[in-house]
Formats: sequence, structure tokens, C-alpha cells
Amino acid sequence: MLILFGMPVAQVLLFGFAIRNEIRDTKIAILDYSRDNVTQEISNKILSSGYFILSDNLFNDKQLEEEFKKGTIKEIIIFEQNFSENLYKTGKANIQLILDASDANLANMVMNYTNSILKDYQKEISAEYSNPPAITTEVKMRYNPELKSVYMFVPGIMAIILMLVSALMTSISITREKELGTMEILLVSPLNPLMIIIGKVIPYLILGIINAAVILLISVNVFGVPVAGSNLLLIGETILFVITALSLGILISTIVSDQQTAMMISLAGLMLPTVMLSGYVFPIENMPVVLQWFSHILPAKWYVIIVKSVMLKGAGFEYIWKETFILAGMTLFFIILSIKKFKIRLL
Amino acid sequence: MNTILHILKKEFLQIFRNKSMLPLIFVMPIIQLLILSNAATYEIKNINYCLVDLDQSTFSRDLAERFRQNGYFILKGNKYSTNEAIKGFNTNEWKLILYIPENFEKDFRREGKSKMQLLINAEDGAAAGLINNYSSNIIQQFNQDIITEYIPSGSSMNMPPLINVNFRNWYNPELNYKTYMVPGILVALVTMIGTFLTGMNIAREKEIGTIEQLNVTPIKKYQFITGKLFPFWIIGLFVLAFGLLIGKIIYGIPVLGSPLVLFSLASIYLISMLGIGLFISTVTETQQQAMFIAWFIMVIFILLGGIFTAVESMPDWAQRLTYLNPISHFSKAIRMILLKGSGFRELAEQFTVLSVFAFLIIALAVFRYRKTN
Amino acid sequence: MDREKIIVAENLTKKFGKFTAVDGISFEVGRGEIFGFLGANGAGKTTAIKMLCGLQSPTSGKAKVAGFDIYKESEKIKKNIGYMSQRFSLYEDLTVTENIEFYGGVYGLKKNVIKEKTKYFLETLQMEEEKNKLLKSLPLGWKQKLAFMTAIIHEPKIVFLDEPTGGVDPLMRRQFWTLIYKSAEDGTTVFVTTHYMDEAEYCGRVSMMVDGRIAALDTPSKLKEKFNASSMHEVFVKIARN
Repeated sequence: MLILFGMPVAQVLLFGFAIRNEIRDTKIAILDYSRDNVTQEISNKILSSGYFILSDNLFNDKQLEEEFKKGTIKEIIIFEQNFSENLYKTGKANIQLILDASDANLANMVMNYTNSILKDYQKEISAEYSNPPAITTEVKMRYNPELKSVYMFVPGIMAIILMLVSALMTSISITREKELGTMEILLVSPLNPLMIIIGKVIPYLILGIINAAVILLISVNVFGVPVAGSNLLLIGETILFVITALSLGILISTIVSDQQTAMMISLAGLMLPTVMLSGYVFPIENMPVVLQWFSHILPAKWYVIIVKSVMLKGAGFEYIWKETFILAGMTLFFIILSIKKFKIRLL
Repeated sequence: MNTILHILKKEFLQIFRNKSMLPLIFVMPIIQLLILSNAATYEIKNINYCLVDLDQSTFSRDLAERFRQNGYFILKGNKYSTNEAIKGFNTNEWKLILYIPENFEKDFRREGKSKMQLLINAEDGAAAGLINNYSSNIIQQFNQDIITEYIPSGSSMNMPPLINVNFRNWYNPELNYKTYMVPGILVALVTMIGTFLTGMNIAREKEIGTIEQLNVTPIKKYQFITGKLFPFWIIGLFVLAFGLLIGKIIYGIPVLGSPLVLFSLASIYLISMLGIGLFISTVTETQQQAMFIAWFIMVIFILLGGIFTAVESMPDWAQRLTYLNPISHFSKAIRMILLKGSGFRELAEQFTVLSVFAFLIIALAVFRYRKTN
Repeated sequence: MDREKIIVAENLTKKFGKFTAVDGISFEVGRGEIFGFLGANGAGKTTAIKMLCGLQSPTSGKAKVAGFDIYKESEKIKKNIGYMSQRFSLYEDLTVTENIEFYGGVYGLKKNVIKEKTKYFLETLQMEEEKNKLLKSLPLGWKQKLAFMTAIIHEPKIVFLDEPTGGVDPLMRRQFWTLIYKSAEDGTTVFVTTHYMDEAEYCGRVSMMVDGRIAALDTPSKLKEKFNASSMHEVFVKIARN
């Protein structure tokens, strides 16, 4: 029981603090053939950005492959010989960035960040010359000025944990009764089957709501994720989602006969797709179209959109009525289907 | 020895008679590799944006054209004020607003300075960063191009020195996200299968009561444990091999390193994971509990194991914690073997650490398993 | 008693936290006896049996089974006993033959011995037709009988049976007891718990457990005399009332 409460808390804390999409203290190596003032300056600028940490100074290009093979370095910056001479006398000098692209995501980010630091430096030295006309771009990051990745993760974590507690646990718990044979006993009793199911499900409903509340509290107070919109709306939508997940769990339990299968379906068919395709970690719009369509049938995907809108953007109901409608519709669908399957079983 | 053989025979018979087991072992990995590898990308390829051009000059139109021509950016709207455009953030119609104010061209020509704004929906911080970078690149390129256009050569303007940056991507020149993701997903799958199945299998025998019948026989602990772990060990290795084959055929994942190295390491790694499953079964009474605990532990290990998010992006204390996570060692190693061809020497650390883990976990689980309660 | 004492229990106690399941029981069982361990559900029978089999460790007290100490030599005990649990515990997803082979192997029997045993079981139980059927397709009574035979596949000195005839019809119960008699004739000591009082008549001696203690221990006829009862059921009711 402790686990049912502790788990979401532990996960939120862990993920909020540890899982990042950002770049921080990434280890790099520098191969500086020139070792002059300018390369020093540039290196310092890169290393004091907070994004990178110098792991090694290299001396020749034979070391390149070895460094990468060790697996700790993500980028090697190479300054050509006579860098400052070339720069100031001939007007052009070369820097080469070699990236370990085995993690393409990381490589892309590392390259972009390094590049923008270099561009900054470029601007600084250009400022000393007569200013060519320049376009200044002011960048405004809305809803998340510090680009904290936790903002994006919290809605997803809520969806996952609620889905886990509600759908997974419900389906397993009902299936368990079936496996042990006690379900038949309940059905034979004068209790209305609907009542039996509701009785089974209510504990998980309460649990789900409590979990959601806990996660929200932690996100707001520990991680500083804002709730720009209405708290009431957020709570209401969350309850709706919990009910959706519960009804899905019930549906699963009407289809399978033993716990192991229930677990496998819930995990493989529900959990993994939810983690991957709901927009929790990977943005949906960048996936192949087929998968985008597939993500439409995941309740979690709609919930994540709703939470993001309400929490981060302060959207009111008029912006999310469509998603709410879809969730409600799914719930109804699951419930009707479950009732049908249930009746067939009884006959 | 004989006893172990008998146990193995029983286990294998039971596993393969279980109708949901076979599809699980074969079909699930395929489906997940297919679907999930395609989903797992942080690439920003479709940036929906809205243009608010209050200048409507040749200048501003040129700039707007640059964005239009760039394949990453998709123009979704034209508005006449930022307030209007921001509504599109709420409805998720676009993620970026290009705001070009009045007198954009005039200011540039007369004063050599003009301003514009990029408003980015930064819910997804990482994506926002990239959108910023891409947009800034376009704008700066535009800036440079018009300098030469608008400033006639031969004027007294000095060109500042230029730092020329070029970059090369090693091991994955096309920045194929799949080469990174697929091995990771495979590791996650194999791990889950190994740990869950082992844990639930033993929990099931406990629940049904057959474990009691075994405990009352003279069967030795090590015989029982070997018999229980071995089948899932084999299955785990098999799924790994199978998944790699699919990865190679469908996604062209390179296999630069030696399979021997890979499977030796995988064998050791699997023992740890199965050991965790075994340990979980010694602290639970029912399958439900076993599954829940296994899920809890697995999700944490997997998400913190550097499979979906890079370990390097984590804060220091978290990075140190990943040292204790067998998954992070193995997933790092598998990528090194597949993509860089690393061998025993480079992976000495991983081999050692994983062996120590395997030993400790199994010892712990064996210690906890009691024939007499 | 002139027979070799094959089970000796002295003040055997098992507590689960504050709850005392077995409260200082002492008794002896002779070789070749059919010893009945009676009592209502929850009286402590199963816990007592589990301690003797080495499945549970006692809180206090002493006991020796087949000459071995239950604290220090439980593994040696297990080589010499058979056990049939209250819950059915052969493997439902294996066939009759596979189950027999498995347990034979676990008890270290050689291949040819296992083959012989299999043949013998199938003949005795008249299950030749069913030898390759999965256990889950057989009726309960047959499964119980098979479980019993499997429990003594290695010809142990003692076999512990915990409610072996639960949920089975009277005809099947009689057949089951025929098997039990036969194994007793072959020299196996049978320690059987049951809550069917009529089965007590089949035993050589009987002990009655009430609330974790042994309330009475003697042959069925002597008990009926003592309590002035015409059936074991009456004996039990009278004891429980006190």
C-alpha cells in the first residue's frame, strides 16, 4: 500500500530532477593546434557557458577516434594552426566541430549550442569594427522562459501514473478475482453486477485522484511548474481522465481471463504507447503520420494536451472543449463496450 | 544436475504451452521496435509558424520568403497583431510567431539597425531551443546576405573577420535518430521481459501453491533458482538477437562490433535483471504485488538509464546514481559495440561493473529465498 | 508402543505475532501407523504439519521426524517424507506423465525407476488412456489420487496428507482411502489431517486439535468409549463444547 502512494511521488521527484532534455556539463575535448590568445578566449567562452566541461586536451588527430571510443566525450573542437593570424590577417579562420552522433538528438543540440556560442563571439569581435547593418532579434520564450524540460514532463508523468494506477491496477484486480474464482461467487450473489464493479473501482478512483493531487503539489511547489489556468478546471479534467482510464481497465478485464495477460496487455498495449506516443517525451508532430493518427486513440494524448493548455498556458475551457469532449466520448465508449462484454459472459 | 534438467524441462514445457507467452516473446518486440523507433525522435522537422508582418516591405517579404522556403518551417497563418497570433498558441496551431514591426526596412537603411521578434511556445524547452537556433540561423544568414546587397563594395566599411565553423558527425553522419534509439528500446524490452516474467512466474507458483510442493522436496536452492532463471535467460538472449536482426534488416542499424562481445555482456547483464525479478518474487506474495513492484523499479531504471534521455543531460548527482543502474551501463555498451565497434578492452569497465552487479543481486536473492519460512 | 517412533513432537509451538496457531503440542507416531490429525478449520492442523515437513520453522519446542531434528536437519527430513498439500499442487499445464516424471526426477529417482513407477501409477489408477492429457482436463478426484501417488513416488517412510479428500465425492473418498491403506500395508506411515469426522474411523489413532492444543489422543474406539459417543463426530462435538 505504501508503494501505491510512494511510487508516484518518488517518480515525479526523480524525473523532475534527473531527467532532462537540456544540455548541461556535457564533456568535450579540445584539439588546439594554435594555442594563442584568440583560441584561449574562445575556449574559455565555451567552457564557462555552463553547457560544457573540458574533459581532455588533445594533441593530435590520431587521438580523435580513441577519445570517442571511450564514450565519454560528445564533441571535439578543433582549432586550426595559426588561428589568430589567419583570422586577423587573412580575415578568415577555421574551427571544426566533430560530434559523436551516435546519439543524434544530443549531437544536434550540442552542435547548435556550440555554434551559437561561436556566433556570439563572432558578434563580439565584429562589434569592434564599423557596424554593418544588423537585424537584432528579440526572442521571447512563452510559458517557459527558462526552457525547463520539467514543464513538458509533468503533464506526461501525470498521465502515465494515473493511467498506471487506474487502468493497470483495475484490470489486474478484477482479473485476479476471476482467476481465483471469487468473481463468480460475487456474480451469483444478489448484488447487482454493476455495483460489484463500481465497488472494485472506487478505491482506485480515490487513489488516482490522490496521486494526481500529490503530483500537482510537488510539481508546483518543488519544481515551480505554474498553474496558469483555473485549478478547478484542472481538477475536473483530471477526474475525467481517471474515470477514462478506469473504464479502460474495466474493459481490459472483461476481455482477458488471467492476471498475467492483463498485465501484459496493460503494459505493452497501454503503458508503452502512452509513454512514447502521448507527447510526453517526444513531440508528436515530428512522428510519421501513421503514428500521429495512432496517437489519437490514446486517451493519454488528449489529457496531456489539456493539462499543458491549462497549466502552462492558462487556457480556459473554451480552448479545450474539444479534447474534453473526446475524453468523455472515449469513456462512454469503453463503458458501453464493457457492459456488453460483461453481459455476454453472464449469458 | 539431473534435477536441474528436470526442472528445465518442466519450465520450458510450461512456458511454451502458455498461449500468451509465444506471441509476447515474438510479436511484441517486433511491434514495439517498429512503432516506437519511429516515434522516438526529438528532431524538429515541422515547425508551424505564424507571420505577423507589419512592415510589408520588399525587405520583410524577402525575409518571410526565406522562412517559407525552408523545409523545416510551415506557414500556418498570417495575422495583424501579436495578440491575435498568440491565440494560436492556445489552440496549438503554431509554435512560432515571426513578428516584423513597422519601419523594419526604413530603420535598417537609415540607422543600420532594425528589430524583430521571435515568439516561441516554449512548453517543450528543448524544442524551443532548437526552433530558436534554426530561426536565428535563417535571420543571420539573411542579415549577411543583405549586407553585401545593400552596402556597395568599395565603401569604407570594414568587413569583420569571419570565424568559419564547419562540423562533422561521426558514427552517424546522417543523424539518424533510429540508430541511437533502436538499441536502447531493445534493451528496455529485453529487460522488461526478463525481469517481469521471472518475477511473475515465481509469484504465480507461490500464489497457486505449487511452490510449497517443491519446497518440501529435497531440491536444493541453487537447483531451483537455476531452473527458474535459465529459461528466461535463454529467452531474453533470444529476443535480443531477434530484435537486433529486425533492427538490422528494417532500419539498417550497423553492427560494427563483434557479436561475441555483445552477447557475452548481454548474458551477464541479463543475469542481473533476472536476479532482480527473483528478488522481487521473494518479497511478494501475489502476482499483482510482484508486477507492481517490478514496474516501479523498471520504469525508474529504464528512464534513468539513458535510453530516452541522455545521461549527460542529467544533473551531477543523478549521473553518479546512474552508475548503480545496470541498464545505463548496458545500454551505453550496446551502443558502443554496435555503432563504434568497441571491444572487450574498451568495455572493461562495463564488464566489471555488470559482473559485480550480477553477483551481488543473485547472492541477495538466493539469500532471501527460503525453503523453510 | 512397540513400534519404532517415527515422529516425536515435544511442546511444539508456533506463534504468528500475537496469535498462537499451535500451542505446545506433544505426541508420538509409530512406524506404519495411520495417524489422524483431526480438528476444525483453523485449529492449527496445517501449521502443525508444515512444521513437521520443514516448511515452517517452529517458535519453540522440539520435534524429530524419521529420526532427524526439524530445526537442524530439515533437508534430510525432506528426503524421507512425502507431502500432499491442502491446495492442489501438481502442475495443471503438464500432462499426467510429465508430472510423474518431474517429481520422480526431483526426488532423484533413476530413469528406469521413474518409468516403472509411471507404469505402475497409470495401472493402479486406471489412467492409461489419460497419460498424455493435461492435468487441468481431469476431474478433481483423479487429480487428488495422482497427487497422492506422486507424493510417495520415492517410497518415503512417512507421507503427510493435509485434507487430501477435500471437495471430493464419498465414492472417491473411499477409493482414496483404499490407496492410503495399501501404502500403509507397504510400510509407509501415514499422517493425515482432515475435518471429515467419519474418516477418523479409518485411522489407527486419532488426535483432536482445538484452538492449537491437542484435546484428545487415542484410538477411535477408546475415544468413543471415553466420551460416551456413537460416532467420532459426537466425540468431536463433546470435546469442542468443553
